[in-house]
Amino acid sequence: SQTWLLFHHEQYNSQCDQDLSENGHQVCNEAVCVGPAPTSKSYLNMDAIMDAIRSTGAQAVHPGYGFLSENKEFAKRLAAEGVTFIGPDTHAIMAMGDKIESKLIAKAAKVNTIPGFDGVVETADDAVKIAQQIGYPVMIKASAGGGGKGMRIAWNDEETREGFRFSSQEAASSFGDDRLLIEKYIDNPRHIEIQVLADKHGNALWLNERECSIQRRNQKVVEEAPSTFLDSVTRRAMGEQAVQLAKAVQYSSAGTVEFLVDSKKNFYFLEMNTRLQVEHPITECITGLDLVEQMIRVAKGYKLLHKQEDIPINGWAIESRVYAEDPYKSFGLPSIGRLSQYQEPLNLSNVRVDSGIQEGSDISIYYDPMISKLVTYGATRAEALSKMEDALDNYVIRGVTHNIPLLREIITHPRFISGDISTNFLPEVYPDGFKGHQLEVGNRRELLASAAALYITAQLRSQKVLGNLRVSSTPVECTHWELCAELGEGLYSMEVEVDGGKVEVSGQWNLASTLLPLTINGTDRMLQCLSRDASGQIVLQYLGTSFKVRVLSKLAAELNSYMPEKVAEDTSSILRSPMPGSVVAVSVKPGDTVAEGQEICVIEAMKMQNSLTAAKQAKVKKVHCKPGETVGEGDLLVELE
Amino acid sequence: MMAAFSVARSSCGLINGLRVSFRSLAPVKHGAVAAAALQTSLLPDCRRYSVGHLSVKERIDMKRKAALVGGGQKRIDAQHKRGKLTARERVELLLDPESFVESDMFVEHRCSDFGMEQDRNKFPGDSVVTGRGRINGRLVYVFSQDFTVFGGSLSGAHAQKICKIMDQAMTVGAPVIGLNDSGGARIQEGVESLAGYADIFLRNVLASGVVPQISLIMGPCAGGAVYSPALTDFTFMVKDTSYLFITGPDVVKSVTNEDVTQEELGGAKTHTTVSGVAHHAFENDVDALLNMREFFNFLPLSNQDPSPIRACHDPSDRLVTSLDTIVPFETTKAYDMLDIIHAIVDERDFFEIMPSYAKNIVVGFARMNGRTVGIVGNQPKVASGCLDINSSVKGARFVRFCDAFNIPIITFVDVPGFLPGTAQEYGGIIRHGAKLLYAFAEATVPKITIITRKAYGGAYDVMSSKHLRGDVNYAWPSAEVAVMGAKGAVQIIFRGKENQAEAEAEYVEKFANPFPAAVRGFVDDIIEPATTRKKICRDLEVLASKKQVNPWKKHANIPL
Repeated sequence: SQTWLLFHHEQYNSQCDQDLSENGHQVCNEAVCVGPAPTSKSYLNMDAIMDAIRSTGAQAVHPGYGFLSENKEFAKRLAAEGVTFIGPDTHAIMAMGDKIESKLIAKAAKVNTIPGFDGVVETADDAVKIAQQIGYPVMIKASAGGGGKGMRIAWNDEETREGFRFSSQEAASSFGDDRLLIEKYIDNPRHIEIQVLADKHGNALWLNERECSIQRRNQKVVEEAPSTFLDSVTRRAMGEQAVQLAKAVQYSSAGTVEFLVDSKKNFYFLEMNTRLQVEHPITECITGLDLVEQMIRVAKGYKLLHKQEDIPINGWAIESRVYAEDPYKSFGLPSIGRLSQYQEPLNLSNVRVDSGIQEGSDISIYYDPMISKLVTYGATRAEALSKMEDALDNYVIRGVTHNIPLLREIITHPRFISGDISTNFLPEVYPDGFKGHQLEVGNRRELLASAAALYITAQLRSQKVLGNLRVSSTPVECTHWELCAELGEGLYSMEVEVDGGKVEVSGQWNLASTLLPLTINGTDRMLQCLSRDASGQIVLQYLGTSFKVRVLSKLAAELNSYMPEKVAEDTSSILRSPMPGSVVAVSVKPGDTVAEGQEICVIEAMKMQNSLTAAKQAKVKKVHCKPGETVGEGDLLVELE
Repeated sequence: MMAAFSVARSSCGLINGLRVSFRSLAPVKHGAVAAAALQTSLLPDCRRYSVGHLSVKERIDMKRKAALVGGGQKRIDAQHKRGKLTARERVELLLDPESFVESDMFVEHRCSDFGMEQDRNKFPGDSVVTGRGRINGRLVYVFSQDFTVFGGSLSGAHAQKICKIMDQAMTVGAPVIGLNDSGGARIQEGVESLAGYADIFLRNVLASGVVPQISLIMGPCAGGAVYSPALTDFTFMVKDTSYLFITGPDVVKSVTNEDVTQEELGGAKTHTTVSGVAHHAFENDVDALLNMREFFNFLPLSNQDPSPIRACHDPSDRLVTSLDTIVPFETTKAYDMLDIIHAIVDERDFFEIMPSYAKNIVVGFARMNGRTVGIVGNQPKVASGCLDINSSVKGARFVRFCDAFNIPIITFVDVPGFLPGTAQEYGGIIRHGAKLLYAFAEATVPKITIITRKAYGGAYDVMSSKHLRGDVNYAWPSAEVAVMGAKGAVQIIFRGKENQAEAEAEYVEKFANPFPAAVRGFVDDIIEPATTRKKICRDLEVLASKKQVNPWKKHANIPL
C-alpha cells in the first residue's frame, strides 16, 4: 500500500519465488524470497518468514491479509523477537481468531449473536449430532479461517458429513488448523460489516459499514460503502455494538466486525476479523482516513486522532474484485495463465486499483486468483456505479480468463441498482448459471456494426503497402461493402456504408490498440478487441462480455455455407479438469460402475476443493490421473464407457 | 476403369505412382474421372449442342458459358457435398473482387483415344482455371485445378495452361499460387500427361528463389503430382478433405502389408505433425483461402522486391515491460518463446509456419514497424529448445526462403545444444544440423539475433551468431553463452575434484552470464528485454540498405 513509503518504515515484504519477479519490489525497498511457490512452504512457513525478518533487520511487520495475518503464533513469535506486529495484540487475535471464543465474548459484550452451537467438532458423527440439535440448515466452517474459505452449508445429515470432510481438509491446507464451527444458517441474509479502529489507550471508533452481500460460494465479489439498506439508527446500533466488542477485548488497530442482517434489519454478530480487510479501500474513500496509516500510528502507540463525530460518510465507493476466474463456470472457477497484456484503467479519475501484478505476471494455481481490487468513487452511488462501468470497460486483461463480464453485469443489474440484494443475489438472478450479457436488438446491431467497421479497417489497411513498388499495387476502391456477420446462431446481413448508414460507427481506428473507443450512433462506447484473425473471426468485448463475431464478405459467407460442420467430441463419457489444479483424491478405479452424480475425483485449485462427478451412470474405462498430480484446464482425467 | 488399368500397368517408376494413386482414390472420390469419358448419361445437358448453325460470336458466348460451369451442375453439387468449393469459387474468394483475369478459357484437351475426341468429352478450359489477379491490390498468378472436369486430372493442355502462367509470373516477377485438387494424371493421354508434370516441375525449379510459390492442397494430390507442391516454397493443406501421398493405401497394403487409411497416410494431420511435408493446415476451403490472403500480405512479389512494408499502428518504440520477467530464474525452467515473439512483433500478429512439427524451433512471419520479417526461435517449452534433425531442417528451409526473398531474419536464441543419442546420430544429425548452419551462414539479408538465455556449444554458433555474419547480436542479462552448462563443464574441468558444488558455482560465476561473449564483441550489446522491440525496429531501419554478396558460384552445395 502507498502508505508504506509515506512512513519510511523499515518494513519487510515476504515474498516467495513465484512472486519475486512481479510484485512487492515496486512498493518496497527490499524483497526477500521465502521459499517455493506452494504456500505451506513460503507464506505459511513461519520459520522462513522469521529468517527473512532477521536478515532484513525489519522493525515492524505488516502482515497484509490472509496467510499469517490472523495467526496468533506468528504474532507471538514476532513479539518474542521484539519486532512490532502492525495489528492488534496477540490476545485479541486469539480471542477473535477463535470463532467459538469470539462468540462467547460477543455475547458477554451484549452483541447480538446468531443462535447456534459453539464447540469444537471432532468427527463427522459429532458434526451431524450438533447439526441436528441446531436444526437445519447449518453452516460449517473452519474456526481459523476468514471469509468463505472452508465454509459449507448443509441441509441434511449427509451434506453435514460431506461438509465436515471438505471443510476440515480445506482448513488444514489453508490455515494449518482443522478445527471447525457449526452454526445456524440464516437464509437470505445480507452481509454487512462495520470497520472499527481502536488505539492502545482504550479509544475505539466505528468507521461506518461496508455492504458485502454480493458473494459467490461465500466469497465477496462486489462491495460498497455505505450500504443502501441501513438507516442511521441501525448503522449507529451496529457501530456501537462493534465498538463494545472491540473494547471488550482491548482491541487496538483496525478490525472488522461482520454482521448478518436480515430483511427486518435485525443484525447478528458473525465474526471479527482482526486484520485489514481486502475491501478496506471503500471505507477509506468515504471516510477520508488512510487505514494503513492509522494502523501504523496505533502500532507505534499513538492515540487516535479522530472522534466518532468526525467520521463522515462522504459520497459512495464501490469495489469490484477482479479475479482470474471463468465466471461462466459456477460464477467463477479459477483460471491460470500469463498476463500477456495488462492495463489498469488508471487514466480515469476517481478510480483506484490495488493489485500486486503487472504485465507479464503469471497467475498460478498456488494463490487466491484475485487480480486486483478495482475501486471507484463518486459523490452519489449512481456516479460511482457509472464510473465502475467505465473502469471495467477500460480494464485490459489478456492471457487469463477473468470475471469482468460478471462484474459488469452485476453492477448494471436493476436489482443491484435498486439495492435489492442479499448473499443469494447471484443464484437468484442467474438460476441457470451466468451466461454473459444478453444482447438486445439495438445492442446487437451496435456490436455487429462495430465488428464490421473493424473488419473493414483491417481490410483497408491490408491494401496500404508502403515504399517504392516495382509492380504497382491496384487495390479495388471500395466505398460500399456488403458483409455478413455471424454471431452465435443465425446470420445477420447488413450494409455498411463507410460514410453514414443505419448504424454510424466512428472512432480512432488503431488496429494495434487493445482498447477500441467508438462512437456508435452518437453514444460513446469502450469496446476491446480481444482477437482478430484472417478467417474473419473477431472477438470483441462489448458491455463487459466477450462476443465472437465472424465477419465475412458476402461471397465468403455464401461459400461458407458449403463448409461442413466439424463434429465435436462426445463429452458425456469423458471427464476433463474444469480448471488447473492438483488432484487431491481419485475415488474410482477402472472397472467401477459409477452412478450419475457420483464423485469421481477431487481437484484442489487456489485453495478450493472441487468435487467432480459423473455425468451419467457408466463403467469407468480408464483413469488418467493420480492423487498429487498437477493438471491443466481441459486435461483428461477419467474416461467412462 | 479398366482402360485406366491397362495404360498404367505397362508403365513403371513414376507412372506407377500415378496409377496407384488414381486407382486407390477412384472408389472413394474419383469415380467420375475415367467414367466420364465412357458414359454419356453423366454428362450435363448444357454441353450437348451442335455448333453448325451458330455464329462465331454465339459460339464464343456458348464456350464461355460452358467454361464457367466446368464439369456441370451435378458435379459442382457433388463437390459442394464433399465440403469443397469449385475451382472458380476458390479463385474468386482468393482474389480481390473482379480482379481475376483469366487466360486460356478456350483451351481444350487434344486427346483422341478412348472416345475422348467426342464433343461431349471436351470442356472449354479443360480441368484447370488459370490467370492472374490481385490480393489486396498486389499482383499474383493463380491456377486452380477443377475436380469437376475429369476429376481435375492433368492433361497435356492442363499442364500447358499452368506452365503459361508460371512463365508469365517469372517474366513480370510475381508469385504463383497453386490450388491443387486433382486425381492425378489423365490416363487417357498417357505419356503426354507425364510430360506435362515434368514441364511443371522444371518451372517450379526455375522459379524457385525467383518468385514465391505457394501450394494449397484442397483435394487429392497423389503420385508424381505431389512433387510440384514439394518443390514450391510453402505447402498448405485443408483438414479432412486433402491428401498428399506417393502411393495410396491399397498399394501400401499390397507392398508392405500395412493397414492405413488415406487420412493417416497423407492427411493434413500427418503432414503437419509427422512428416513435415506441409507447412500449415486449415479448417476448410474458406478458412484456407482467407488465410492465404493474409499470408500473401507478408511476401514480397519476387526476389527483386524488398520485404513489403504495411501501414503500422503499433509504435515502433513501444517498451515491452512484460519481457523483463519472462525468463525464469531457474535455468532449467521452461517458458514459451511464443510469448516473447507475440509481445515484440507488430500487433501480436505472428503467422507461424509448421506450428505442429518440430516444435522445439519456432519459425514464422511477422512485422516490425510494418516491415515483414522472418522469426526463428528456439522453443524452451519443447525438448528444452534443443536442435535435432527435424528442427534443423525446418529452420534451415525457412531461413533460406527469407534469404531468397529479402526478408530480414530475427533469431531468438535459447538453445542448450544439439540433441544427443543414437537415434539422432544414426539419422544424420551432423548432416542435417549442417543445413541450418549453412543457411544462416549463407544468408545475406539483415540478421538480428537476441540471446534470451542459453547459447551453448555448437548450437550457439549455428543460431545466427556474430561469427556467421550476424549484423546485430544482442544478449539479454539472462544470457549465458558457453560451451556447455555448468554441470557438464565442471565434470570435465574439475574431474576428480571433491567439491563439485563449489566448482560449479565458480563456473556459473565466470561463464553463466553474457560477459564472456560481450567482452569479446561476440554480442554487440547487453540490452534490457523491455527495449528489444525498439532496438530491433531501429536496427531494421538502418539495415534496410544492407548490401552483402557471396562469392560467385554456379550454385552453392548445401549438405542435403
